[in-house]
Amino acid sequence: MFVINQEIVDLTSEKLRNRFGEAILSEEAEMDMPVYVVKKEIIADLLRFLYDDETLKYRFLTTLCGIHYPESDQPFGVIYHLHSLENNQRIRIKTFTTIEDITIPSATAVFAGANWMERETFDFYGILFTGHPNLKRILNVDDMDYFPMRKEYPLEDGTRKDKNDDFFGR
Amino acid sequence: MKEDIRKNIDPTDVAGNEVHEFVTLNVGPTHPATHGVFQNVMTMDGEYVVDTTQTIGYIHRAFEKIAERRAYYQILPLTDRLNYCSSPLNNTGYLMAVEKLLGLEIPKRVQYMRVIIMELARIADHNVCNSVIGVDTGALTVFTYMFQDREKIYEIWEQICGSRLTTSIGRIGGFERNWNEKAWSLLRTFMKEYPPRLKEFETLLSRNRIFLDRTVDVGAISAEKALNYGFTGPNLRAAGVDYDVRIASPYCSYEDFEFIIPVGTTGDTHDRFMVRQEEMWQSMSIINQAIAKLDAMDDKETFNANNDFFVMPPKEKVYNDMESLIFHFKQVMGEIDPPKGEIYHAIEAGNGELGFYIVSDGGRSPYRLHFRRPCFIYYQGYPDMIKGNLLSDAIITLSSMNVIAGELDA
Repeated sequence: MFVINQEIVDLTSEKLRNRFGEAILSEEAEMDMPVYVVKKEIIADLLRFLYDDETLKYRFLTTLCGIHYPESDQPFGVIYHLHSLENNQRIRIKTFTTIEDITIPSATAVFAGANWMERETFDFYGILFTGHPNLKRILNVDDMDYFPMRKEYPLEDGTRKDKNDDFFGR
Repeated sequence: MKEDIRKNIDPTDVAGNEVHEFVTLNVGPTHPATHGVFQNVMTMDGEYVVDTTQTIGYIHRAFEKIAERRAYYQILPLTDRLNYCSSPLNNTGYLMAVEKLLGLEIPKRVQYMRVIIMELARIADHNVCNSVIGVDTGALTVFTYMFQDREKIYEIWEQICGSRLTTSIGRIGGFERNWNEKAWSLLRTFMKEYPPRLKEFETLLSRNRIFLDRTVDVGAISAEKALNYGFTGPNLRAAGVDYDVRIASPYCSYEDFEFIIPVGTTGDTHDRFMVRQEEMWQSMSIINQAIAKLDAMDDKETFNANNDFFVMPPKEKVYNDMESLIFHFKQVMGEIDPPKGEIYHAIEAGNGELGFYIVSDGGRSPYRLHFRRPCFIYYQGYPDMIKGNLLSDAIITLSSMNVIAGELDA
């Protein structure tokens, strides 16, 4: 189980509110770590701010992944897991975007490791990371013309008639 | 001596007076030196690597997509195929993530048994990695010897779960059955016979003049760079950062054990080798402590959590009792719904922090399951580590990073 360092969590929330104000859309304590939903415009600044802060020191990007909620107004999201190794506190940051303007500022300027993670997210969700040095497909073939992790692409072949698994799964 | 060689290379000076003729060299996708299916297109200046372009994804199997259609039990075999050198670590990590989502309390006995299989898996993983460094430096003998010991670990797993490489060991809440006598006796024999063999392996390589010349100062990375690239596990610790998930956020009762986190200083190939070597000794000590703790327990029967809802009924009941059969079917086919929520759970796998991020909407399968695969993240640091080195050094660097294609490509 992850240890929650309440002092650092409170400090993080306070500093983020002071610095970004309205751009922090929500904050709540989930089961294992605090979660912040923020506006996408500030995400790169926010990561830089958390990285540079002398007490918080969120200097380790654990992972970054995309998510798709087709019913939502802002269907595409990117989820960052940050870790402050010195304080041993993890936080989760989410940011969402619409399909019309499917861009999110890149985190590669702060974390070199974000490079491939963002390429993977682009590969599977088609989210365009602005400022990324080399945004192209990484795991799928280059000439693929769709983004397979989007919910509209079913796992099974839709043309098959011999399989009926309506009772199992979505 | 190596420092002087690096100064001779000036890759930027292509248009200048001094003419460099670069050669493009394909290493991989299938090449004995890559130990897996991935490609490096290297730009070479003579014997020196100027730059490399990595191509990965040759064995991408869309696990994250498949997981969105499978019930939680059915995802377990997918995790086997991430880092297939140490499947039990992936299995147990995934199971613990699901248990965290379900809020299951796991009995101490089961936790200690899991610690044993996880540490065995770590030994098997490091064993392969370190002996492969031997192969790439020209010492094939150690590899053939060390593979025998990996075989013995596989025999233990075979007794516990019935399979050897892709184990799918454990079930939600614990194990599918109690460990049999054979498993315990094999484990105890292994614990007695392995240390002298590991010692012999260590003496063959660790201070061998040729091995030192090939590994010291090769493929070094600084702690700052390693952290920025998201390195974890032995590769990060070799650079001098003492981050270990077992200590930072203990899971599975690791707080009950006494062990040391070995760290290196320069982050070169030799440091990575020595960190892995010391971790194997520490794993042996953890297993010994776990066996002692289990021996001291009166309870010899508990092998899973006491929860009728999420934990599978025992096999004898499934075969002889209608209700249990139905319940077993419902669990495997995913008619037992987990709560809504999001969790991230991480374990210290063979290569570093292996994370599972589960988003559950209360349905039979995860809404989103993301694997944080340590290989995928730290392999991006590879070009930085080999620039200016010899090609043969690049090969050793690759094997000492322990890049496993299954984990790389998911």
